[in-house]
Amino acid sequence: MTTVETPPAATREALGPTLIDLAKEGLDIVVVDADLGNSTTARKFKAEYPDRFFTVGIAEANMIGVSCGLAAAGKIAFCSTFAVFLPGHCFDQIRVSVAQTGLNVKMVASHTGITVGADGISAQAIEDLALMCSLPGINVICPADVVEARKAIEVAAKTDGPFYIRTGRAKVPVIYGDGYEFELGKAHQLRDGADVTVIAIGVMVSAAIEAAEALANEGIDCRVLNMATVSPLDEAAITAAARETGAIVTAEEHLVKTGVSAMVSQVVGRTVPVPMGAVGLDGYAESGSPDELLEKYGLTADDIVREVKAAIARKHGDAPGASRDGTS
Amino acid sequence: MVATETTQDLVATTRRIRRHIIEMTAEAGSGHPGGSLSSVEILTALYFRVMNHKPDEPDWPDRDRFILSKGHCTPVYYSTLAEAGYFPIDELMTFRKLNSRLQGHPKVNTAPGIEMSSGSLGQGLSYSIGQCLAARLDNRDYRLYCLMGDGECQEGQTWEALMCAPYYELDNLTAIIDRNGVQNDYFVKDTMELEPLDIRLNAFGWHVLTVDGHDLDELLSAFDDSKRMKGKPTVIVAKTTKGKGVSYMENDPSWHGKAPNPEQVAQALAEIGRE
Repeated sequence: MTTVETPPAATREALGPTLIDLAKEGLDIVVVDADLGNSTTARKFKAEYPDRFFTVGIAEANMIGVSCGLAAAGKIAFCSTFAVFLPGHCFDQIRVSVAQTGLNVKMVASHTGITVGADGISAQAIEDLALMCSLPGINVICPADVVEARKAIEVAAKTDGPFYIRTGRAKVPVIYGDGYEFELGKAHQLRDGADVTVIAIGVMVSAAIEAAEALANEGIDCRVLNMATVSPLDEAAITAAARETGAIVTAEEHLVKTGVSAMVSQVVGRTVPVPMGAVGLDGYAESGSPDELLEKYGLTADDIVREVKAAIARKHGDAPGASRDGTS
Repeated sequence: MVATETTQDLVATTRRIRRHIIEMTAEAGSGHPGGSLSSVEILTALYFRVMNHKPDEPDWPDRDRFILSKGHCTPVYYSTLAEAGYFPIDELMTFRKLNSRLQGHPKVNTAPGIEMSSGSLGQGLSYSIGQCLAARLDNRDYRLYCLMGDGECQEGQTWEALMCAPYYELDNLTAIIDRNGVQNDYFVKDTMELEPLDIRLNAFGWHVLTVDGHDLDELLSAFDDSKRMKGKPTVIVAKTTKGKGVSYMENDPSWHGKAPNPEQVAQALAEIGRE
């Protein structure tokens, strides 16, 4: 694991500057925006490349279609808005015009999860991974920090085909150094361990690292995987974790029943069945500060520690069922 | 069907296309003959006179592009592409069958000439705008022709796109609305009225032309006009008859999406006539 002394940063901050760098590198990038470019940081691109930045107004369905036309004509078409609107407002357009065509459209959705904060539940996308991972042929990435977000955007720009990149509004710890290389479709192991594996995404990755350190002090050897590529999932890393550590806990800022927990469970269930636990959301939250919300809705390092211990107890066959009893 | 000397040869093509529409939907046992028959003259004018394209080089970067936004009208689309030489006419009889390149609704990169996937209404004009913006960025002079249904104009995305194209002054875009007045369940005016359509389109900033959509001369003249228009996209409201050319289908909502039986096929082919 690499820890660098860098101030926390929001993953959304990577978008605009990275697109400018890629365009300067010579990539034929265009940006389509639906009136939230200041928030997603996509609008920074306009200052450098005004002719290649297109606003469509508050019209997400049109944004997807315009992006598809640009992509079909050979452009690397990025579009961005909040995740409640993309995919929330334009799922059918993504399904027919992007997923079923394989066009070179890069969708970057910010303001995901409950760390959107005070704007409340209409603005907190906790279902977007379910929607996007339901579509065949779209690469879905949830970066853990601003460095990984930048690397993921670079890989998306240089890899033909549709991408969905999930960024966040809240500042989160920077865990990767500039030398980090994001590998599409590969889990990144941040820490090895023999007793249990935590598979985390997004803001929960730094919490997973913190939890693993706390568990180490109690003699529990915890592997930590950053599953930044949520689709296609790195099944080899999941089965290896199941086989080698015997218990898996997922951690995500998304609904558990349709998120990474559900997707990892499918792999575990048909390969190497082991006890599993899940840290994530069971329903809608409310307004509040990001930290208050993470605390109240059970998305902290402490919650991961508790879930890990429960999973290990089940592994040893001496404990009751999962903390989630199916009533949620 | 109105024809002058200049369009006499096109009339023969429209007859062949109408016969294909009947025969391929009958062979498939399903499909959408009504809105296909209403747009035969529109596609014939485009593919045989108006558009700059090379059937033997479907990916030619400078080709004009036709986008079928009303994606259910594959019978007229595939028939026109086949007549234009993009793929064999015999292949039309595989329409909607397993392993065919001719899917029920268009899927890009299946058969040559299919520009874009569609089938969920309202998406084609947005795509066309993206292509037009790219043409401008790349200094290419190809044009986009996007065919929409009138029922399709009830979709919200259509109006997002109708707002957008004039904002970008896309004079390399011609939209055509097949104004046949009938949608899936019933008549457009009794489902969700669009009128005054020309006033609405004009207010959105379009150069609006209204023509008889079965009159090839009027269509050709409107397409010429749209090519000369500067600073605005053009929309051609083509007044048509759903099911045109087959008496029992004309203006009958039930022929939006079903296939004729053998007796109905025989009658339809007799009415359409040969070249």
